[in-house]
Amino acid sequence: MNSFKERLFKAAAYTASLFTIAVLLSIIAGLFGEGLPLFKSFSPGKFLFTNDWYPTHAEPSFGALTLIIGSLAVTLGALVIAIPLGLGSAIFISELAGSRMKEAAKPVIELLAGIPSVVYGLFGMAFLAPLIRQWFKLDTGLNIFTTSIILGVMIVPIICSMSEDALSSVPKSIREASLALGATRVESIFRAVIPAAKSGIIGSILLGFGRAVGETMVVLMLAGGAAKMPTSIFSSARPLTSTIAAEMGETVMGDLHYQSLFALAILLFLLTFVTNLVTELVFLRRGNQ
Amino acid sequence: MNRRKTWNALGTGILSATLLATFPFLLIFLAQMFYKGFAVLSPEFLLSAPREAMTAGGIFPALIGTFLLTALSILIALPLGILTAIWMNNYGKPVWLIRILRIAINTLAGTPSIIFGLFGMAAFVNIMGLDVSLLAGGLTLAILALPVIINNTEEALRTVPADFRDASLALGATTRQTISRVLLPTALPNILTGAIISVGRVAGETAPIMFTAATFYSRRLPGSLSDEVMALPYHIYALMTEGTHPDEQVPIAYGTALVLLLLVLLVSAVAIFIRYSIRRKRQW
Amino acid sequence: MVTPQIQTSQLNLWFGKNHVLHDVSIPIHAHQVTAMIGPSGCGKSTLLRCFNRMNDLIPDTRIEGQVTLGGMDIYAPKTDVTSIRARVGMVFQKPNPFPKSIFNNVAFGLQIKGGLTKPKIQERVEESLKAAWLWDEVKDRLKSSAMALSGGQQQRLCIARALANRPDVLLLDEPTSALDPQSTAKIEELCLELKKSVTILIVTHNVAQAGRISDHTAFMYLGELVEFDRTDKMFTVPADKRTEAYLTGVFG
Repeated sequence: MNSFKERLFKAAAYTASLFTIAVLLSIIAGLFGEGLPLFKSFSPGKFLFTNDWYPTHAEPSFGALTLIIGSLAVTLGALVIAIPLGLGSAIFISELAGSRMKEAAKPVIELLAGIPSVVYGLFGMAFLAPLIRQWFKLDTGLNIFTTSIILGVMIVPIICSMSEDALSSVPKSIREASLALGATRVESIFRAVIPAAKSGIIGSILLGFGRAVGETMVVLMLAGGAAKMPTSIFSSARPLTSTIAAEMGETVMGDLHYQSLFALAILLFLLTFVTNLVTELVFLRRGNQ
Repeated sequence: MNRRKTWNALGTGILSATLLATFPFLLIFLAQMFYKGFAVLSPEFLLSAPREAMTAGGIFPALIGTFLLTALSILIALPLGILTAIWMNNYGKPVWLIRILRIAINTLAGTPSIIFGLFGMAAFVNIMGLDVSLLAGGLTLAILALPVIINNTEEALRTVPADFRDASLALGATTRQTISRVLLPTALPNILTGAIISVGRVAGETAPIMFTAATFYSRRLPGSLSDEVMALPYHIYALMTEGTHPDEQVPIAYGTALVLLLLVLLVSAVAIFIRYSIRRKRQW
Repeated sequence: MVTPQIQTSQLNLWFGKNHVLHDVSIPIHAHQVTAMIGPSGCGKSTLLRCFNRMNDLIPDTRIEGQVTLGGMDIYAPKTDVTSIRARVGMVFQKPNPFPKSIFNNVAFGLQIKGGLTKPKIQERVEESLKAAWLWDEVKDRLKSSAMALSGGQQQRLCIARALANRPDVLLLDEPTSALDPQSTAKIEELCLELKKSVTILIVTHNVAQAGRISDHTAFMYLGELVEFDRTDKMFTVPADKRTEAYLTGVFG
């Protein structure tokens, strides 16, 4: 009786674990199963390296390069903003702030990280975009620049909180050794502490990248959505995620357009998967835990 | 020597400036949300349905929809997540399976939410034939919440000292009894904190429910698991992008966003508060 | 000569490739206190954990040889580990009460076994707390958290918790190393009282403690049982040079 309950409980826990693995596998299987058939009628080379995204033309074309460039453009723009702000704040909080500010900063950052992206999207659309349009005398404020600002602010908490963890875990003795050798505080930070926390910091930036490249609502609402090769930071863009979100409603299950959106999702999945794997295994070394 | 002092001051200045640059932005953001949002917020706004082609009325159905979607997804994900974490923490054999499981969890945690939406649409809406429904959306969101819950629960179980487990086993308790009578009760506050955090996250998600559960407009409340639902995040998106009367609809979107923001912040604040007070009170 | 209550014969134990116990054969007599002494890492705690199979919890552990408890082989494939552990109580180095009430700590073993009525459990909790000399100190606050007790009280609570199962044997793994001298003295006295009802095995790094409370002493060195004898005899005329060196404080 007792050992029956024992085995039942263990079996339940085991089943739950297998279920988690099964979910991941079925997501992968689902994406590839629905997306790969596209390449029977459209070559992978053309998919990756040509510009023409005309999924609903009489003679449809699925060149995703513009969309990939669109994703990379807004993501890099976001990192340009988020890295200095996030890293600077992290260094400040970890190295220069008093203990009270340190204690207050953690929960605040955590709260900020939890703000829903659609709320940022609304703010960008209704507040920031009109300002950008006025300031730079543009036809529309919905462009790469506006998207990057909002997306950047969104990932500041991620970069800040993880870098702060990395910096705080540098042993005190390293700081003391550097200061004892006559270095100033800033010299200690940049010559001793940051090098020691380097891999954690790079890890935080990569996680920020993964988060930004996969973000949907902000780019869907702010990037403008034109599937053209961007020519400046004030160009409109149509990143991978917003293409999927915007076009999924118009497709019929199993047609080429439907398959092409899943193919985009495969691309997106691989991009974030590889980024996360590299981050975990190389920079955060949590892989063997 | 002077040059180094200058650099030191300059460096400190630049580092403070980064923090000072982040703050005004957030301040403007929050001020704008509260200012515009409070302008439309009222009991009537919270408790009535949209009227006149979404240009008037309230957000009651969306509020209920978000509540139902969140509750459903957590009810599905919580038992699964806790059981998985228990297995990883206590049984954990064979070791290679744990490794695969960890990769699976980390991958799920890093996967963009739009992919969950796409998967949910293919698997639940189309293949399982659930249509666009509360159930399909709840399942999709449950998958999204699963890695968060597993990671939090595992972390919570790991902070229970091994002494407790040893003491329980040495008294003749079985593994199951040790888990259910010692490990879980001790870790429970932390596990619940994790669950609350995932509630906050799930409630604010838009992309996963776009094709699986959400509808732009519905006057009535969902009557069963197979009904479409309105939801706060999707409502904001729809008002901003599909609306035809921006002068009336943008303020409603602000009001909706403020409600969502307050809900999410409140839920996370509760979780964070609980966690900090556990840490302070902890006796072991 | 009575048959010993616990007997190990040719006991060998490995943690992975690490050979921790070498051919240990030791008889433990009922209603006596047997002390196990030796320098750190000699395997005395590991040996102690063989008697309630707590070593099973460490991955890659391999055991050869035999441990019998009242004639029953506790490593036989059919043996139910949990019933062994209920018969062989254990108290750890660091007091480890559960973050529960005093009452629920002591009642834990009875609750998991089931089958006892509430009044019966209450009775048994009182009996165990009295046996551990803690009853008078806690009888008015059985519902309050065990974490609020002092270190010495916590350790006696852990003893009471083990006694509630009415074990035949009590294993004490350096039970006083985290306590102040007064609490230590109290637990030593308690051992002398308890041996009337249970067989006690105590691992200690404190030679004087072994001398004060034990009837038999086992000296272990590098995973081997060097010497096993009556305590008074071993402490006056040790048979082995290594024992003598250890007892006189030359090493360890």
